[in-house]
Amino acid sequence: MTPLVTHDGIAAPLLRDNIDTDAIIPSREMKTTGKTGLAAGLFAGWRYASAGSREPNRDFVLNQPRFADATILIGGANFGCGSSREHAVWALAEYGIRAVIATGFAPIFFGNCIRNGIVPVVLDPGAVADIAAAVAVDPEANRIHIDVPARTIALRDGRVWAFPLEEEAQAMLVEGLDAIDLTLKLDGAIAAFHARDRETRPWIYLEGQK
Amino acid sequence: MPGGAALIAIDRIFLHERTGAAALNSLAAAGRAVRDPARIFCVMDHIVDTRPGRDDRTLMPGGQAFITETRAAAKAAGLTLFDVTDPDQGIVHVVSPELGIVLPGATLIAPDSHTCTQGALGALAWGIGSSEAEHAMATGTLRVAHPGTMRVTFAGALVPGVTPKDMILTLIARHGAGGGKGHAIEFAGEAVTALDMEARMTLCNMATEFAAMIGMIAPDETVFAWLKGRRYAPNGAQWDAAVTHWRALAGDPGAAFDAEITIDAATIEPMISWGTSPEHSIGISGAVPADAPERPCAYMGLERGQPLAGLPIDAAFIGSCTNSRLSDLRRAAALLERRRVAHGIKALCVPGSSAVKRAAEAEGLDRIFVEAGFEWRESGCSMCFYAGGESFAPGSRVISSTNRNFEGRQGPGIRTHIASPEMVAASAIAGCIADPRELMR
Ligand code: SF4
Repeated sequence: MTPLVTHDGIAAPLLRDNIDTDAIIPSREMKTTGKTGLAAGLFAGWRYASAGSREPNRDFVLNQPRFADATILIGGANFGCGSSREHAVWALAEYGIRAVIATGFAPIFFGNCIRNGIVPVVLDPGAVADIAAAVAVDPEANRIHIDVPARTIALRDGRVWAFPLEEEAQAMLVEGLDAIDLTLKLDGAIAAFHARDRETRPWIYLEGQK
Repeated sequence: MPGGAALIAIDRIFLHERTGAAALNSLAAAGRAVRDPARIFCVMDHIVDTRPGRDDRTLMPGGQAFITETRAAAKAAGLTLFDVTDPDQGIVHVVSPELGIVLPGATLIAPDSHTCTQGALGALAWGIGSSEAEHAMATGTLRVAHPGTMRVTFAGALVPGVTPKDMILTLIARHGAGGGKGHAIEFAGEAVTALDMEARMTLCNMATEFAAMIGMIAPDETVFAWLKGRRYAPNGAQWDAAVTHWRALAGDPGAAFDAEITIDAATIEPMISWGTSPEHSIGISGAVPADAPERPCAYMGLERGQPLAGLPIDAAFIGSCTNSRLSDLRRAAALLERRRVAHGIKALCVPGSSAVKRAAEAEGLDRIFVEAGFEWRESGCSMCFYAGGESFAPGSRVISSTNRNFEGRQGPGIRTHIASPEMVAASAIAGCIADPRELMR
């Protein structure tokens, strides 16, 4: 996974509440069993003129020239709700999105972001509105700076907001760590737990059962 | 663990063909072994066709590859697979409880957001993404940040004709689709403990629509009686030991939660969604709110202040992991018996598992559905979601016993109204959104 320490980029406002993972990548756009080739399907239902077409819908924010290079999205409440499909995050990452700012995230989507080098920034509604307003005036002049070790997000005019991030999530983003490798180092402890647990809850281990 | 996250042992993992191959292939490509295949299960439910006489072919373009690749990967990894034509095939969250794979006090994860359904058995069950599924398969564990806790109490008794679907839609409508805030929720109160097992699954199913991580109910005698004798449940002396262990799991009545919500069960009426989020739901006697946002009104073709009852529909769907179990089909069939679906309405019933389908046929429910004008399908997710294959006619207004009314969820431009199976049946007969209690009188 690509480490994400600091990021400086243009943010695109998509200020809707409850943006679901079906909207981020419609199921019909998940055409293969792989994890790639998804960026073209990102927001397909909103981004293109009609289902299945690739003709841009001019009104959609990412199709507007000033947001063409956006690497940050600004959403509303409960961003990433719905299906657990990690394809939503793979599509965002492949498109080039490195951060999403919202007043809240659905828990599965939040976890998927951390594992794919996208920082989910939770801010209160006032802060999200302030950032969105600045970006709407001039996205280039109001590029956003995100500092994951410091857990801050800043505008060039000097305004800075702190955002919450668990220590482990922060470490995974900053160091680009592979969680499986980290956990496999604890293999001995896991085996010891299973040996003890097998005594108290033998039915969990399904041995000798069909 | 440093930073406050916990490493949790994962007792059961469930995969399906929509995302199973991606996780298994990625694991294999990284050269990692599956730690304990005996506790990992895989089922074909999402993409598999539900028309009679099905095989691996499906209407979704490229869909067959999801089935064949998942099958090959599951077999190579040594998992237990409930394949397309297996008698145990069905929707993951219907099959797992049915076979006693999920158990009280167990941890169960699946790369599927409605895994919270299985909290109805007093398990810790939650949905994850593919990366976490790989982590759990390779290590037998997950790294989990401690979720906040919330108790949702449904106090008192439901009024007749009100279902668990109406309970959960009421919770989401009153407290918002983000109201669960990533918390682990325990559903409690007299109206909850009075529910039978299948009703409890409907309630817990939509915890994810409330942005909760987990929705569970403390395990009690209802759960134990229901589980006894199921294939993967413990038996003999182990059963007795397990029940003793499970009886000790319920929390103290005075336990503290980070958040509490109480709903007076008597205030709940049959619910229907009007918009494009489950929080856009109202009682059947209500109307689109005066302050409804413009976008969902436009998508749904509705005006502010417009009543829902009497709104003409094009199609009716009974199915999904929310409401496709035997008791759901029985309650819908009771309303459909000796009645006919209104002219021009496309109506489908898709049993939640092959076992549910067989049981329904054994008591003649299939005949009632078919004589009323419903299609009777093989089990699967079917038109609960749209993957590019089968859908309703473009622009259709559909009343559906499913869990999501998002834009395009059931197909491009499809307008979905979610409701209980009773309301779906009553509306199919009326040809418009209708209160099922009128047929019960
Ligand atoms: S029935 Fe619908 S909600 Fe349930 S698992 Fe299948 S697609 Fe998901």
